Amino acid sequence: MSIIRGEEMVLNIGPQHPSTHGVLRLKVKTDGEIVSEITPVIGYLHRCFEKHCENITYEQVIPYTDRCDYIAAMNNSFGYVIAIEEMMDIHVPERVEYIRVIMAELNRIASHLLALGTNGLDIGAFTPFLYMFRDREYILDLFETVCGARLLYNYMWVGGLSHDLPVGFVEAAYKFLDNFEPQIDEYNNLLMYNKIFVERTADVGVLPADVAINYGVSGPNLRGSGVKWDLRKNEPYSIYDRFEFDIPVGEGIMGSVGDCWDRYWVRIQEMRESVKIVRQALKQLPSEGDIHEAIPRKIRPPKGSIYKRTESPRGDLGYYIVSDGKPKPFRVKMRSPAFTAMSVLDEISRGWMLSDVLAILGSLDIVLGEIDR
Amino acid sequence: MINEQVAQKLETQFPGAVIVQEEPVEDCIMLTSDQWQDVAKFLRDDPELKFDSLQCITGVDLGDENPMDVRYNLHSMSLLHKIEIRIPVKKDNPTIPSIEKIWRIGDWFEREVYDMYGIRFEGHRDLRRMLLPEDWEGWPLRKDYETPQTYHGMVVPKVKS
Amino acid sequence: MNGLFESGFMLIVGLTIAGLVIFGLMAAIAIIAVYIERKVSAFMQDRIGPMGQGAGLHAGKWGLLQTVADSLKLLLKEDIIPKAADRKLFILAPYIIFIAAFIAIAALPFNQVLIAVNLNIGVFYILAVSSLGIIGLILAGWASDNKWSLYGGMRSAAQIISYEIPAALSIVSVIMLTGTLSMQGIIQSQAGTILGFIPNWTIFNNPFSFIAFFVFFIAGVAETNRTPFDIPEAESELVAGFHTEYSGMRWAFFFLSEYANMFVVCGVTVTAFLGGWLSPISGVMDSPTWGLFWFMSKIGVLIFIMMWFRWTFPRLRVDQLMNVSWKYLLPIALFNIFGVGLWILLVG
Repeated sequence: MSIIRGEEMVLNIGPQHPSTHGVLRLKVKTDGEIVSEITPVIGYLHRCFEKHCENITYEQVIPYTDRCDYIAAMNNSFGYVIAIEEMMDIHVPERVEYIRVIMAELNRIASHLLALGTNGLDIGAFTPFLYMFRDREYILDLFETVCGARLLYNYMWVGGLSHDLPVGFVEAAYKFLDNFEPQIDEYNNLLMYNKIFVERTADVGVLPADVAINYGVSGPNLRGSGVKWDLRKNEPYSIYDRFEFDIPVGEGIMGSVGDCWDRYWVRIQEMRESVKIVRQALKQLPSEGDIHEAIPRKIRPPKGSIYKRTESPRGDLGYYIVSDGKPKPFRVKMRSPAFTAMSVLDEISRGWMLSDVLAILGSLDIVLGEIDR
Repeated sequence: MINEQVAQKLETQFPGAVIVQEEPVEDCIMLTSDQWQDVAKFLRDDPELKFDSLQCITGVDLGDENPMDVRYNLHSMSLLHKIEIRIPVKKDNPTIPSIEKIWRIGDWFEREVYDMYGIRFEGHRDLRRMLLPEDWEGWPLRKDYETPQTYHGMVVPKVKS
Repeated sequence: MNGLFESGFMLIVGLTIAGLVIFGLMAAIAIIAVYIERKVSAFMQDRIGPMGQGAGLHAGKWGLLQTVADSLKLLLKEDIIPKAADRKLFILAPYIIFIAAFIAIAALPFNQVLIAVNLNIGVFYILAVSSLGIIGLILAGWASDNKWSLYGGMRSAAQIISYEIPAALSIVSVIMLTGTLSMQGIIQSQAGTILGFIPNWTIFNNPFSFIAFFVFFIAGVAETNRTPFDIPEAESELVAGFHTEYSGMRWAFFFLSEYANMFVVCGVTVTAFLGGWLSPISGVMDSPTWGLFWFMSKIGVLIFIMMWFRWTFPRLRVDQLMNVSWKYLLPIALFNIFGVGLWILLVG
């Protein structure tokens, strides 16, 4: 008797679909519920970032970097400005360094909250999502007091910042942190240790460490696979070497190392670490200092090129910048961490069910703005 | 391990692969494209080098008649060192061996470079446009690229630069 | 001849009136339940939910008229039938689902006297007709000619059929205890107290029927396609599952039936396990009016629990869903029948 084998069905998930986190299309080959192949089709959000950069001046690029990863705009412009500063050999005042770290870490918390919330939403848990958005809102309020914008800040400038901290910011930030830390436990009780959530994520979409490195996966996804790699510790930029914090790595508490649950867990732990960093930075923040002091009159990096990477909430965010000594960049290439995370999706979701694919996609924390640029 | 040491090691292993720069201005290794696949495998597997992580592939059009560059930023997660490799390709018929089987992320990075510069990666299993529509004409990031007047009958607005 | 016509005419009039009453009841239940669901979810999520705001046309105090406004909107919406859809089946599907929920309500005893038809096989009848709705779901999934709908239809078929079995088996243990299939009979046999103060409801009767209650209720939640068992709709996976292509009034029928189904499942649970319209304190407040109150409030509590499930739990995967049914609920339900039999034999 021959085995009855049905025809495979091609299913288009997206470009418009509730859980593609933007405008992503997945061409999925399915046999019933089982997925046999995934072809991501990206580019729906392509806004010619790199082409634009060649036609505008260096400082005008900063708002564009914000718009690439709109969830963590601070971290994106941070990477860009320190690359330019390294090319031009600019040393920014202490106060600027501290404010930058505070902003970047607060934005990391905001970004992780969104990632975790939507990951829960993909699995069908609606309430944790709104809880996390509630707390993210407080961070956005803080940013609003600092620079007037809630999502796209244009806050980090080459050599400085657009605005100094407003009066009362430090107290407000402390207040937020005090309120936020106990909330993390609430999320854990509600979602992370929920039996159904564990069933849905533990042992699902396991990403082994060697595959992760080979695919260039970085950030929380790589750490979820048990690799202790964090640019803030391993290649400290800015003033990250002054803070004490741990790098959480996946331990396979609920299943095996590198599963969706581990990636979720790593992000939760990282929020705690970010809180630690922000607390230390707020404590050490120098009260004096002109934040506009080191801003150069003309931004013209000398001839040459640089590849600078920083740790964005999604992983290693690299900028490859080529300068020919003119006011406009010769070439800006952005190495986006979500891009590499996206490329591994096919590898780790084969053989899983349709529902798992969306759980895995959510756990990889992709932002389409950054993938398509 | 820095660039010169790696360059020397490569020179002894693969004679003729390294392009000697007359006056090295930047910290990188220039390679010819013909042995690139073997060199890449060597870079990844050699116990002293172990470049297990391909950070980034950047295409650069140096303008005018200069050749285009494909630049690879490699990093070793275990030995914690990094290098940059540049491979010039001719503009009229740009081809370069693909390394997508050596570092899997090369798959998407190469497709992106192909998409923007039209550099063909030989041996790539699925070399299609990545970010642009499949039927887009031309290679947008080349310096001599001209924006088309229309796309599928829609007028492309002029951008002042 | 004339008399026959007259009695036939009267019958039709009577049936029409009864039908309209039940239909009005269903609509009212759905409208109230949707409002409660929105408010419950809002309070659980640290929001305030629908609120009437400002002067002029708005949704009333505390948004009380929100669902009324929503249903008016649905009535006025354009009715879209996809070109590729199987037109006849597409139109038929929502009615089948609706009718299944509709006729099940007919056998629910609201109090001592208020019951549309007091069938002597009431429980059996409800179990039978409520699984009729599945045909509608499959039809909707198939006729839409949409891959998402097809997935939804397939999933719901597998799900409802599996959960019918533990549900029916738990009811069997109740029938063994009460010895009747009539809804009123089941309730009446639960009158009285145990040890003088615990009401003699099936759930408290013996440890096995206590477990049977949970088995039945979980299976009931699964049959109504609600989270954590809402895989046929699975908003984040299947867009909207079997009703992806439906809009306007047709979609409203699905919605209406979902809440009507919830009501029926809770009604059966209350009747079979929680003493129906019986007062929790035996002999106190047991007039028919109070009976209606007790019946509705017991259902209210169960519906609240269902909503609570929905807004706290993530969704199960399709194979895990089957596991729950076949590997856990079914053996437990079978064991319960055995246990109840032993209990009757030993305790009496």
